[in-house]
Amino acid sequence: MLLNVEKARKVFGGLVAVNDVTFQVPEKTIISVIGPNGAGKTTFFNMITGIYQPTSGVINFDGKSLIGLRPDEVTTKGIARTFQNIRLFGAMTTLENVLVGRHSRAKTSYLDAILHNSTYKADERAGLLRAKELLEFVGLLDKRDELAANLPYGEQRRLEIARALATNPKLILLDEPTAGMNPQETEATKHLIRRLRDDQGITVVLIEHDMRVVMTISDNVTVLDYGTKIAEGLPHEVRNNPQVIEAYLGRGAAAGEFGKTAEGGEAA
Amino acid sequence: MKHTASLPDRSMLLIASTIISGIIAYVMILQKNNIESYFVTPVVMFFCFNLYFASAWNVSRVAKIVAFVGVLFIGIPMIGFTNSLYLQVAVTICIFAAMSLGLNVVVGFAGLLDLGYAAFFAVGAYLWAIFGGTQANEFIAGNLFPLNGNLVFIFIPIALFVAAGVGALLGLPVLKVKGDYLAIITLGLGEVIRVLANNLNKPINITNGSQGVRIAPNPETSPLAFITVPLSEATGIPFFQMQLTMYYVLVLLVVLAVVIFTSRLDNSRIGRAWVAMREDEVAAQAMGIPLVRTKLIAFATGASFAGAMGVLYAAVIGFINPNDFNFERSTQILAMVVLGGLGSIPGVIFGAAIVVSLNQLVLVEISRVIGLLNLPPRFDPTQYQQLIYGVILISMMIVRPKGLIPAKRNPAKLENLEHGELAKGVK
Repeated sequence: MLLNVEKARKVFGGLVAVNDVTFQVPEKTIISVIGPNGAGKTTFFNMITGIYQPTSGVINFDGKSLIGLRPDEVTTKGIARTFQNIRLFGAMTTLENVLVGRHSRAKTSYLDAILHNSTYKADERAGLLRAKELLEFVGLLDKRDELAANLPYGEQRRLEIARALATNPKLILLDEPTAGMNPQETEATKHLIRRLRDDQGITVVLIEHDMRVVMTISDNVTVLDYGTKIAEGLPHEVRNNPQVIEAYLGRGAAAGEFGKTAEGGEAA
Repeated sequence: MKHTASLPDRSMLLIASTIISGIIAYVMILQKNNIESYFVTPVVMFFCFNLYFASAWNVSRVAKIVAFVGVLFIGIPMIGFTNSLYLQVAVTICIFAAMSLGLNVVVGFAGLLDLGYAAFFAVGAYLWAIFGGTQANEFIAGNLFPLNGNLVFIFIPIALFVAAGVGALLGLPVLKVKGDYLAIITLGLGEVIRVLANNLNKPINITNGSQGVRIAPNPETSPLAFITVPLSEATGIPFFQMQLTMYYVLVLLVVLAVVIFTSRLDNSRIGRAWVAMREDEVAAQAMGIPLVRTKLIAFATGASFAGAMGVLYAAVIGFINPNDFNFERSTQILAMVVLGGLGSIPGVIFGAAIVVSLNQLVLVEISRVIGLLNLPPRFDPTQYQQLIYGVILISMMIVRPKGLIPAKRNPAKLENLEHGELAKGVK
């Protein structure tokens, strides 16, 4: 298992945001985490990436515990993420945003930067080459000199992925990568996520609300509701799970209705 | 560059203007005893215009260098030989320019509002004033002091590291808070250093308290004497005037070094981390940037420049007291940074030049003119200096909220790679 979370729990005052969730991610898979709004999905991500420390439980990545590490240390271990509400560095260009992602992989020290020595030059060169590669991968190479703040919404989401990839992750956590996208953009992003796994060999965990995306690209789906894991399994198993349908549509919605909606898609 | 090509190339014009201004200044030196001192002002303004043209016009690199070197290294020292007031102002501008460049790293690049920056200036200034004068004899036995003036060159790097250390020490506990809270804490810590300077005269007299520390001017052992004495004998220019000129050249070189340092840091992963952190701390940390360490580096870098300039300030002025490093001084340096343009290296230097010359030339002149108006004696013109100063700052910020020369990042570009690499296909 690349990521192994056991009985992770996060309590804010009297609110149990994540309730003893056990969650496993095998290497080179795409795992989706779904659930109604407020189910604790983003809190769960924040716990893995070190923004929150779990109240109790175990989080192991690549055989080593992540408990007690700061977010930047988690990133150095090989976990990258994107954010639900896009958090790019707006005053920097597209290219520079990707270069920032390389921070922990670059070796330039303070002195190197002042002296402009060979370490600095080799580092900058390697950074630019890698950034070029990544911008090409997400299709933003021709926008490289534009300010990130000026990019259209869909491209900003793609840039966030490129920036996260620049940290050389083994695992990437995508928080609603298709939110606010039109059908064409969603389709392109789906394709991009598949290529992350197939071309780059990166394991993907995503939070997603668009059921068409979840059902078509996930190897496995985990469902959270009120902080508790209520279901886990292959996409079609989860889709037909009565508990999941209840969580999404409320008691009274007959089993099977949810499945149709998800397939029809428009009502989601 | 299509849009710049449409502007006429004015390189020759700029070089000609530089040479003309140089000739005028030279004639003025020769005719020193025959011309009135107020002729100097238009010449200085001519120089300033040349500097402005060099940065605003479409000129070749060579012309730019000719103008800058001509004005800064030849023209202004020549003026200094006829009228040392302008040279004194130029030295002060350079000292403050280097300091505001340091504060610019903290506030402009890293986005950490520091209201106690003068504290680091105090650290450097006291370091030299105590050991470069006789003050150290008060607490170190053996009558070893004053030290030889040339040791100032060793004290500059010492102050660099001491101030960086003090910066890191003060920064470590406070950099976990951000924004307004950080501003208030730095304000407090800045005052702590000033109060320390004010009160460390008992039980052991280290800082001489509120009376301040004086370095007695001594042509034999003063800094730069090794070059000033022969030059002064050869040219017949009085020693202290020659010394001021040498100080000017020294601080100018320091400013140049600081500009190179900060712009190189800005264009490295460290500078990018600062900007990223300023833009969004959460995202920056998620990109693997250790926040506290990166902030500390910014804080210590800014502090170290102030420390080094403190040594030079003490050496040039020869007298310091705790009130030189009060909150007003911190805000004054901040005003230079904000007025010139947060994060903009040329802007910050320009801001320092404006604020210093406002304080030392323009406002003094204005209050002199007001004094001539025969107003009632209770109307004290010097009291109006601060009012006019405030009005000028406010109106400049209304007209140009992003500063006089707004920051233009010089972003990394793929074109920096060699062409072969750019064209090479990627998998």
